[in-house]
Amino acid sequence: MLFRLSSRLFWSAVTLLGTAVLTFLLVNAVPGDVARVIAGPKASADVIKAIHTKFHLDEPIWKRLGYHLNDLAHGDLGQSFVTEQPVAEAILTRLPTTAAVSALAIVMWMLLAVPLGVLTAKYSGSWFDRIVLVLSTLSLSLPAFWLARMLQYSLSYKLGWFPVAGFRGFSHLLLPAATLALLTVGYYARLVHSNMTEVLNSPYIRAARAKGASETAVLFKHGLRNAMIPVITVLGMDVAGLLGGVLFVENVFALPGIGTLAVQSVFNLDVPVIMGTVMFSAVIVVGANLVVDVLYRWIDPRIKSAA
Amino acid sequence: MPLLEIKNLQIEFGAGVRAVRAVDGVSLSLEAGKTLCLVGESGSGKSITALSIAKLVPSPPARYVGGEILLEGLDVLKMSSSELRDVRGGLVSYVFQEPGASLNPVFRVGAQIKESLQYHRPEAANDTEVIRLLKLVGISAPESRMRNYPHEMSGGMQQRVMIAMALASQPKLLVADEPTTALDVTIQAQIIELLSDLRLKLGMAVLFITHNLGILGDLADNVAVMYAGQIVERGTMREVLQRPIHPYTRSLIQSVPALDIEVERLTAIPGTVPLSGAFPSGCRFHPRCPIAQPACSSRMPDLADVPNGRAVRCPFWDSSGNARTTSRKA
Amino acid sequence: MNLLAIENLKVHFPVRQPFIGRAKEFVHAVDDVNFTIAAGETVGLVGESGCGKTTLGRAAIKLIEPTSGRIVFDGEEIGALSGAELRARRRRFQMVFQDPYGSLDPRLTVADIIGEALEIHGLASGATERRRRVEVLLKQVGLDSSHASRLPHQFSGGQRQRIGIARALAVEPRLIVCDEPVSALDVSVQAQIINLLQDLQREHGIAYLFVAHDLAVVKHISRRILVMYLGRIVESGEAKSLCRSPKHPYTQALLSAVPVVDPDSKRQRILLAGDVPSPIHPPGGCPFHPRCPIAEARCKTEVPALRELEPGHLAACHLATAETGGQ
Repeated sequence: MLFRLSSRLFWSAVTLLGTAVLTFLLVNAVPGDVARVIAGPKASADVIKAIHTKFHLDEPIWKRLGYHLNDLAHGDLGQSFVTEQPVAEAILTRLPTTAAVSALAIVMWMLLAVPLGVLTAKYSGSWFDRIVLVLSTLSLSLPAFWLARMLQYSLSYKLGWFPVAGFRGFSHLLLPAATLALLTVGYYARLVHSNMTEVLNSPYIRAARAKGASETAVLFKHGLRNAMIPVITVLGMDVAGLLGGVLFVENVFALPGIGTLAVQSVFNLDVPVIMGTVMFSAVIVVGANLVVDVLYRWIDPRIKSAA
Repeated sequence: MPLLEIKNLQIEFGAGVRAVRAVDGVSLSLEAGKTLCLVGESGSGKSITALSIAKLVPSPPARYVGGEILLEGLDVLKMSSSELRDVRGGLVSYVFQEPGASLNPVFRVGAQIKESLQYHRPEAANDTEVIRLLKLVGISAPESRMRNYPHEMSGGMQQRVMIAMALASQPKLLVADEPTTALDVTIQAQIIELLSDLRLKLGMAVLFITHNLGILGDLADNVAVMYAGQIVERGTMREVLQRPIHPYTRSLIQSVPALDIEVERLTAIPGTVPLSGAFPSGCRFHPRCPIAQPACSSRMPDLADVPNGRAVRCPFWDSSGNARTTSRKA
Repeated sequence: MNLLAIENLKVHFPVRQPFIGRAKEFVHAVDDVNFTIAAGETVGLVGESGCGKTTLGRAAIKLIEPTSGRIVFDGEEIGALSGAELRARRRRFQMVFQDPYGSLDPRLTVADIIGEALEIHGLASGATERRRRVEVLLKQVGLDSSHASRLPHQFSGGQRQRIGIARALAVEPRLIVCDEPVSALDVSVQAQIINLLQDLQREHGIAYLFVAHDLAVVKHISRRILVMYLGRIVESGEAKSLCRSPKHPYTQALLSAVPVVDPDSKRQRILLAGDVPSPIHPPGGCPFHPRCPIAEARCKTEVPALRELEPGHLAACHLATAETGGQ
């Protein structure tokens, strides 16, 4: 177990290093003089030169990569070219908003998808199953941009049930999170459904009924835990995909989160912030996979001894 | 009153013209403390019959279209779901073919046994009783074994756990559905021995389902042979195995090689086992029967009582010649 | 002359370690096995699951690469052959599998399945010749020539096994390794397949290595029997004498556990305690000693060699003598 964890940590570090190098190279491949971005189009040649010296812009790229990695290793993500705020600070101040929206979205879609998946598996082929199937397909095929705008317009602007935009409290998170949840719930409902259907046909479910377990115990005690094993894996991977969705929703609802930060940094060619937000995403993805690995062991005892 | 009495049970799968009758008019009875063995090949309906005793064949797709299943005089098919839960794992316990797949992989075996206790004897749902049950089925070091997950045990050990779980409620009837088929021969012998001991020690009735006539040993009091959804022969174990009178039972015994008998060539049964839904007309065994008459293809014979408390579904059983001359102890 | 001679054959599988590191442990699936098969002869190989019988069956015809040892087929060492040289020899030794469905491509017709084998070895030139050969083969295994255009799922288990046999037969092999060929079949059709195998042997002089767990079936079809336990052969001998007077305590227990229909059969059941140990950490000394009812102190330390106790009857047990055994 300890061996396995340390090997996981080793590969996580390799992944992060790879991400750092790749982002650095990609960002530097973008045409345009960074010094112009920082100093503005009217800056004098001296100012530009000073900036070049300060950020080592004239040195060869491999050297600059070395500086960058060295900074990263010391936890230094640099400063924003635009606001001069340290990138780490910029991310950390926006993290709570993003985390709250994401977590709320996950809770919402899981709370919906799990019961839907279980019940449609139990009553497979019923009108209930069919309606959920249609709604799931709808949820999967909704254009995200359209849905976000529609919800914002109808529920917030027209009906006034939710704040239209901005962030001044929990109620501002509900609609963005609901948007994310609605886009994902269909997929998870089907995923739980198909896993549950398979589990319900397994001999241990018959054995559970044979020993007098109630239908509720059969479904939720004996069935669900086994059906959730593959779902947890997919969820871990989806945390990565979720960041993309969050970025988008934050922009529509003008939430001061990491997504907004990332989009702004790209428009401004604010290189340190771009690299910082990408690194942050990589850390989240790697971390989520580690958490899934641990969760997996807890939920499926067969994996412990296989390692 | 017998402990279990099945009267003219009929179970279908599917509906309308495409309905397939997998169990067709099965009648059985089992006294308390006795053992009945239900023998048959795949598609004979033996497992479905066994599962239906606690109404465990899921409906849909199955439909219980006719008959009665009386447990201590009460019809299982008319019970409410809460009454059924009391019967399942209570009065009637089950042991299944694949112990590895029948234990829930994510719970410790002790917890799974305790769950049965909670349903049927909540006052005894404690570690002490779990340990006692594991000892009863011959598991050494039960204190540490109860904390194992199923995959940490061998197949034989898993089946012992299944049996311990079945015994938790002190059932009056244990239904064992091919409990040794997935196990190795030396482990199979251990499990048969265990079941044989337990039934005497605990005085429970056993319904034993198998495709292998040879593993009954001295376990069974009575045998019923099923073919294509029907019982074709019934009698005491000794009578049926030593003097089989239905052509199917006779052919089946002859087709299996035995250690103590030398034959140049096995007497094979021609053709294939019919699938439910494609049962032949008339007597369902007639296309494969060595003594079939023209009438066999059109008229379905009844299960008729014959001397010595036996029954056979073949009008030619007697005229086919003395069973002894063709049985293998000749 | 022997058709097949296996000498000191070993197959060790590394226990896989995740990510890094070399395998430090091995499954000793087959450990130092010797045996021979004469032309036209059937040798039975029995043992419980995990004893290595399937691995041995496959390694004997190089479907699994042996770790060490010699495989001499028809006077030629094939253990070291590979690639095209080995493929050319494959015509002479074929295999019939336990699961007749899993081993037939579900999208190919019966004619394609059998014809493919003919084509690989260039045994039928032209479509007409091929069709004729397929028809002959189907007839030989008791199927109708009209079956040629059907797909595997349209057949019952017994019929599928016949197709598998026809495919093996197509290339006119001299040896067929049959791995549990009847254990997945209904009881009432097992005898058909056993009879078919015997008929084909008589007509074509094919030798069989018949791998199975059912001693009664193995005894019926085999001239000689090998009993395997934890990767080793613990007893071998002529089928009748091995079953009449088994020398090794394991064989005795195995024989006593064979199902017998007759309720008056006066056999004493020898119940073995416990399970088959892990082949990764086989017990020291005699691998059978932890379950053996007659084990002594030396059984825990000394590995017993196969000794000839009666002419042609060998057992690997310190305590076995010519007189031991008997049912």
